[in-house]
Amino acid sequence: MAEKTFLITADTGIHARPATQLVNKAGQFSSDITLEHKGKAVNLKSIMGVMSLGVGKGAEVTVKTEGSDADEALKAIEEVIKEGLGE
Amino acid sequence: MQKLTGIAASSGVAIAKAFVHEEPDMTIELKEVQDPTSEVDRLYAALAKSKDELSVIKDKTEKDLGADKAEIFAAHLLVLSDPELVDAVKGKITDEKQNAEYALNEVATMFITMFENMDNEYMKERASDIRDVSKRVLGHLLGIQTQSLATISEETIIIAEDLTPSDTAQLNPVFIKGFATDIGGRTSHSAIMSRSLEIPAVVGAKEVTAQIHTGMTVIVDGLEGLVILDPTEDEIAAYTKKRDDFAKQKAEWAKLVNEQTTTKDGGHVELAANIGTPKDLEGVINNGAEGIGLYRTEFLYMGRTELPSEEEQFEAYKEVVERMEGKPVVIRTLDIGGDKELPYLDLPKEMNPFLGFRAIRLCLEEKEIFRTQLRALLRASAFGNLKIMFPMIATLDEFRQAKAMLLEEKDKLVADGSSVSDSIEIGMMVEIPSTAVAADLFAKEVDFFSIGTNDLIQYTMAADRMNERVSYLYQPYHPAILRLVKMVVDAAHNHGKWAGMCGEMAGDEVAIPLLLGLGLDEFSMSATSILPARNQLLELSKEELATFSSEMLSLDTAEEVEQRVRETYMK
Repeated sequence: MAEKTFLITADTGIHARPATQLVNKAGQFSSDITLEHKGKAVNLKSIMGVMSLGVGKGAEVTVKTEGSDADEALKAIEEVIKEGLGE
Repeated sequence: MQKLTGIAASSGVAIAKAFVHEEPDMTIELKEVQDPTSEVDRLYAALAKSKDELSVIKDKTEKDLGADKAEIFAAHLLVLSDPELVDAVKGKITDEKQNAEYALNEVATMFITMFENMDNEYMKERASDIRDVSKRVLGHLLGIQTQSLATISEETIIIAEDLTPSDTAQLNPVFIKGFATDIGGRTSHSAIMSRSLEIPAVVGAKEVTAQIHTGMTVIVDGLEGLVILDPTEDEIAAYTKKRDDFAKQKAEWAKLVNEQTTTKDGGHVELAANIGTPKDLEGVINNGAEGIGLYRTEFLYMGRTELPSEEEQFEAYKEVVERMEGKPVVIRTLDIGGDKELPYLDLPKEMNPFLGFRAIRLCLEEKEIFRTQLRALLRASAFGNLKIMFPMIATLDEFRQAKAMLLEEKDKLVADGSSVSDSIEIGMMVEIPSTAVAADLFAKEVDFFSIGTNDLIQYTMAADRMNERVSYLYQPYHPAILRLVKMVVDAAHNHGKWAGMCGEMAGDEVAIPLLLGLGLDEFSMSATSILPARNQLLELSKEELATFSSEMLSLDTAEEVEQRVRETYMK
């Protein structure tokens, strides 16, 4: 299992396009991937789950991956986040 | 011949045969399935078919309208493969032996309700995405052949109850000449799409699907908001001319987007736009506005259950000033109360809401609400050319109190290390006749005036313009109103200040020559009126109109004034 916490710095938070990119990326891995925010965890492969979190600017989110490709998955998600969502 | 009236959503005129896009009957019954495995297969097949269709629509949209507009379909595709959704439906089929249609509808409705109840506008809109997507899958499950708008290949006007994003994305502007819908308003999805596709459209015309059948010739007049059924030869000829004239005119106007507003004698006035939300900026920029003359902030407060936070307001104001790139942005502080209610403020009902506890009167009492807004405005001022104006000022004392609160908040912010612009102009609306009559007193202390004609006229004439029996008194060209405007403009100029107007009158083609002559500096109007106004001003001489307008002040009636303007300055 791997996990990492990020700070969302994008003005719009995790909305529309960034949410789509994250979910698309997560879908490429067989590991279970969750996104946690304010104590609520959702499946990062679910667009509706991710959007329902309503992650805004300045929020802290934790990504957890569990499965055979957990490390690679976390790395790939990290790349998407750092490309313009947060740090 | 029959006419239906609706809301003019996208300008232009279209004449063609109608195609009625009907909503298929999607009644869903609960059935117990015997073989859940094959029912799940049926679900997957319907999902796969829907994905194929959406991919085609997405690619087509990307090609025709750009990646931006196609993004919504990327999100739709993800909804179709969303494990939360698919697994929940599968669970209902295998565990509860429900039929796929019923199970899908249950799960989709749950998600739709969840998104609809979020207090974020963006999330609320996602509910209609889920509705749109699940309808497509349900159609396949129920074996309903939905007619494809994409296959239309002759000139057609689409008639529908409403059009979803996936409907409008399939419209080919080469063949789809216009559309008319039963429901919707100027800001509904179909209206916005019609403007970006530049297809004439009338929305909210209530009975179009009931009265029109496929194959009937119809005219959609997106200028007046009219749909004409089965027109006569003469009407077709008249509207063909109207259509061609409009196309020609539009081409002329388009040349003026990046031009300054110049009068025939080389004078300059500023043409600005009125907006309600940052969403309106696209239209403002596309129509070449030289600034925002009125940003109505009350929309931030409406349609929700609690006050907007300072942060939320700051983001909205900042977005507007940033996107205007240094052009002036006049933001009006909260104008609420009276007839514009906020349920969460729990204000008592009043006998005379228009003469009651509203706008600045309310803000000076509810100080925390006002101070929160002022802080958000001050912080946003660091990001562009922001000006602040107070609504419904009646006395100098009110203006002084409001300004004092603004300066106090500014000092606090600066002390806390926030950056705040040092050159924020502070002005007021002129809506109450007392301020127009005594404009010289106010002009010493304000940085600018903005005349709100809708209220100024109704207060001057003591007539509610929504009351049909007295609406004849709503007379913008009446010499009494013109004299008040002159007083305001003269007082401003005598003290080296500027005067603008942000009511409907500022964009009115009869009023424009008069206002130019009276010396108005800034005209703020709906974005779509800017280019026609700029075009009109090119032909008008400020100097000549100064003489003309002062003559108009002593005519007897509004009718005489209108007649003289039309004879002299309009063909």
